[in-house]
Amino acid sequence: MVKVLVPSGALGLNYDKKALQRGILAKPDIIAIDGGSTDSGPSYLGRGVSKYARSSTKIEWAGLMEARAEAGCPLVIGTAGTCGTDSAVDWMLDITREIAAEQGRPVKIAVLRSSQDADFIAKSFRSNKVTPLPNAPEIDVDTITSCTNIVALAGAEQITKALETGADIVIAGRTTDTAIIAALPLNQGLNTGGAWHGAKIGECGALCATNPQSGVILIDFDAEGFTITPMADDAKATPHTVSAHMLYENSDPFILYEPGGYLDVTSSKYKALDDISVRVTGSKWVPSDRYTVKLEGARVAGYQTVVMALLRDQHYVAHAQVWADDIIAKCSAKARDRLGLSEDDFSLQIRLIGQNASFGELETNHILPTEIGATGIVTAKTEALSNEIAKLLNPYLLHHPLTVEEEVPTFAFLFSPAEMPRGATYEFVLNHTLTLDDPMDAFTLEVHEFA
Amino acid sequence: MSLPRLKDVAHKVRSKNAGPFWLTIDIFCGTPEAYEIIVEKLTSAQVARCFDTPEQTLKRFDIADLNVVKFSLPRPTIQGSIYDRDMHGASWAALLAEVEI
Repeated sequence: MVKVLVPSGALGLNYDKKALQRGILAKPDIIAIDGGSTDSGPSYLGRGVSKYARSSTKIEWAGLMEARAEAGCPLVIGTAGTCGTDSAVDWMLDITREIAAEQGRPVKIAVLRSSQDADFIAKSFRSNKVTPLPNAPEIDVDTITSCTNIVALAGAEQITKALETGADIVIAGRTTDTAIIAALPLNQGLNTGGAWHGAKIGECGALCATNPQSGVILIDFDAEGFTITPMADDAKATPHTVSAHMLYENSDPFILYEPGGYLDVTSSKYKALDDISVRVTGSKWVPSDRYTVKLEGARVAGYQTVVMALLRDQHYVAHAQVWADDIIAKCSAKARDRLGLSEDDFSLQIRLIGQNASFGELETNHILPTEIGATGIVTAKTEALSNEIAKLLNPYLLHHPLTVEEEVPTFAFLFSPAEMPRGATYEFVLNHTLTLDDPMDAFTLEVHEFA
Repeated sequence: MSLPRLKDVAHKVRSKNAGPFWLTIDIFCGTPEAYEIIVEKLTSAQVARCFDTPEQTLKRFDIADLNVVKFSLPRPTIQGSIYDRDMHGASWAALLAEVEI
């Protein structure tokens, strides 16, 4: 039996302290929490930074470090600092060092690094060890070397190596969401399908139960499967909430690919043990013949500057699309003419918030709104160029008339200056796997002792 | 008389990224009766049209045990690319929820 305590779906989202205390009393063998995701977009990976506030991360992590000392078990975080690059791992390590000093308690820390050297990935690509996943973009060696950061997603094998150092705390770079939970039950020889399935159900904390905001859950792994129990007073897991969690952020609700194989939950059985706990058995693990890890990479796609105007005059609200299309045509021509640019050198969009900013031409709901936020987005190869084109756009968004006959209108600007430089914008360019001879080939492990 | 929309029959429709390159939409029908109606009336062709994606790229799962119909498709624009309008894939559910069935 292995008990894994999961405090919440991500460090930075907070957890119910009373529920965490109840979890500690249940004597967990490990406390595991996820620190990241690609869900907030490519900028965090591209820059190698966390999306969560340092203050929130520090307060919540300090609480978990206290809990770990009280429970006398290891604490592991996967995908530290949102993106799991080496820089994000160092940020997390720095926070951990500060807390250890403040708590006055010596700790041994294992650091698992997932950042990849672009030349190593390029070499692997040339030797056909980089394989596209469904809907992967076309890539070449230049795509790989243009990435500002590339990470590989560690699986259970690498987390196990980190735990085997005897560390109190494991700070891992990019890992799969499930690996940090599945590693210990797998290492103890418990049911393989159950280990991965329980990890998937538990990786978002109490999202698999009622009262998902409460965060804390306990997963009890055994030789046949696992039992999941939310720790908050008013949270309940039911066969429906647990099985429905396989839908979440999964393109296939029955199959989950992991390093070394895949989980198949087609024949899983979900049974309510009481009002709050659910037992799951019958989950299958299918090992693959090659050991692969998924790669993520991001690079600079350009530099952006945003200009916003508010349309409130009903004549302009009613004809906003015509107005915006006319501005794009005229401003683009001016940018080409005055700056000597070609069409490929920049992009100019105006999104009409209140009308169709979510879906553009796919929008099916057409009603006249009270007002429209016209958001001009300029993307160009340099920051100076995107700011310059935004300045060409500014007078159009302020004064562009629908027809030459009408009086020159003026629209509301929110700020001065109206141009809002966003700096570099990033794009995800890898959706590939990397084949490894040994699971540790793309990862490194180091141990720190803070006295 | 206009036809009912998906949101009038289903309990809840949600959408989310399934990684940066895929989008997934879960239709929680709520009851076996609503599930039967939605499975019968909501065609994959309609969903493909709604998202302007080729029907053969759409993955469909009719899950009677959960009264859920699920669709997954390659993201219409890659998450966070300069033409992406919705970083988390959060709003696509609203577009499908308004489809007449």
